[in-house]
Amino acid sequence: MTISDLRTQYIAGTYTPTQAVEAALSVIEKRDGEVGAFLAVYAMEARAQAAVATARFASEGVLAPALLGIPLALKNNILQKGKIATAGSKILENYVASYDATLVSRLQTAGAIIIGAVNMDEFAMGGSTENSAFWITKNPLDLARVPGGSSGGSAAAVAMGAVPAAIGTDTGGSVRQPASYCGLVGFKPTYGAVSRYGLVAMGSSLDQAGPLTNSVADTELLHSIMSGLDPMDATTIAPDTYPVVSEKTHYTFGVPRAFLGTGVDPDVLAVFEAHVAELKAAGHTVVDIELPMFEAGLAAYYIVMPAEVSSNLARFDGIRYGLSVDGPDLLSVYENSRAAGFGAEVKRRILLGTYVLSSGYYDAFYGKAELVRTKMRAELSAVFKTVDIILTPTAPTPAFKIGEQSDPISMYRQDIFTVPVNLTGVPALSIPGGVVEREGVSLPVGVQYIGPHGSDFLLFAIGKAMYDDKKN
Amino acid sequence: MSITTEEVTHLGKLSRIALTEAETTAFSTEIEAILEYVSTVASITGDNATVGVALGARVNVLREDVVTTVEGEHTETLLTAMPHRQGNYMAVKKILTGSK
Repeated sequence: MTISDLRTQYIAGTYTPTQAVEAALSVIEKRDGEVGAFLAVYAMEARAQAAVATARFASEGVLAPALLGIPLALKNNILQKGKIATAGSKILENYVASYDATLVSRLQTAGAIIIGAVNMDEFAMGGSTENSAFWITKNPLDLARVPGGSSGGSAAAVAMGAVPAAIGTDTGGSVRQPASYCGLVGFKPTYGAVSRYGLVAMGSSLDQAGPLTNSVADTELLHSIMSGLDPMDATTIAPDTYPVVSEKTHYTFGVPRAFLGTGVDPDVLAVFEAHVAELKAAGHTVVDIELPMFEAGLAAYYIVMPAEVSSNLARFDGIRYGLSVDGPDLLSVYENSRAAGFGAEVKRRILLGTYVLSSGYYDAFYGKAELVRTKMRAELSAVFKTVDIILTPTAPTPAFKIGEQSDPISMYRQDIFTVPVNLTGVPALSIPGGVVEREGVSLPVGVQYIGPHGSDFLLFAIGKAMYDDKKN
Repeated sequence: MSITTEEVTHLGKLSRIALTEAETTAFSTEIEAILEYVSTVASITGDNATVGVALGARVNVLREDVVTTVEGEHTETLLTAMPHRQGNYMAVKKILTGSK
């Protein structure tokens, strides 16, 4: 199910928003008991909005707004006024958002129906949705496996066929990796393309919101609606912030071979090579490139991100909103509220961030990590003089089994190809590349296209040719 | 790069999180392993400012300092979210004590 198919049928009058919302609610009712994607479903409001949208299509036809009557799901760290935004955490279990995120008001202005809020790793920290304070979301393609994370609920909601698209957030791969694990398209925009106003902050210099969809065309549509300057987020960029990247008929793709040598599953590598062959068959050029600094990316990320986490999460103090646990004095209210409200992974990262920012260690860790980041940007700007797109697998493995990655570092290694993109602020698109067999189940794996800053729409053009057109 | 349980307790104090003994023990092992992994960045040489020059200057982006809301517009919504409220005030524990 794609947004464009739904819209075509709405305009033709062969299907209505009311039917689409009823179909979504029925899928949730039948499948979500075992999948566990939705934290909340807004059935009554969705039905009311669908009735209005159905009537509008009858009178407005093609002139109806771009997302009119399209049911969508939102990751629960995205604020929607009057709705609970848990961010997957006990500390915000009962927190009612007091305003709409910019991207939410833009989607709603375009006519979208927000049908529910979906599960995630607590404060977007994790790669499997096993870290949610509420429950584990399962992969609809194989219930013994994780859907990826941290936007695992978003991926599962689309993969189980409840909604044609869901919105996630990506700090180190949290949209692209679950898209890879669930056979979807996932996108991390150029840093600043989409406003972060109304997103629960994790790593402010890394966070971007992006869609998970069944086609690149749908991702392009949602991104074009969500993106743009916002006075409420000073880091949003203008259309002329970066040089225009023009479209061509044939592109040069660069493959960082040495980087790929680090722990990629052989079957995933085979799918990747098959995609390289497809690109060549389509007339594109594929060359080997060197990105030596990218190998230090994961280490730099696990310094920069916890540092920003420790600062951003200082706001949860049991005083202004969220969970409050009493104590004999003010300090113990802070300490008790945070002890009871945060889960293990969140505490681990706050402590780690506090350590790397402490005066004796700042230069050795945070200073070096920022140096790596700058060097990576320099490396990228050199590489993009000779290639248009960098090609990598999205994740080194297919979806793993629930409980399989028990040690933090092995879990972190899943992010090896996605974090360099957030550290440097460039855009990246993950499209389904193929499947690998595991115990009789076909599991999808993604390939990742990384472009220079501001090349978001170029990535969509190539993605549509290499995925949408081939699928149909 | 060894991290003692005392150091973890101290980090807990700095970050305002009351940690149990079991957490302190587990985190000391885990954080030690993570720090060992991330300390690979130590071998990277160079100066951030010098490397960054080629990438262009960074500029601060500031909004005009103008009031865009009506006074009291959000007061009730924000007060409602507070765990402890007294009238139009947020209530917190007393932090000054009278005599010693």
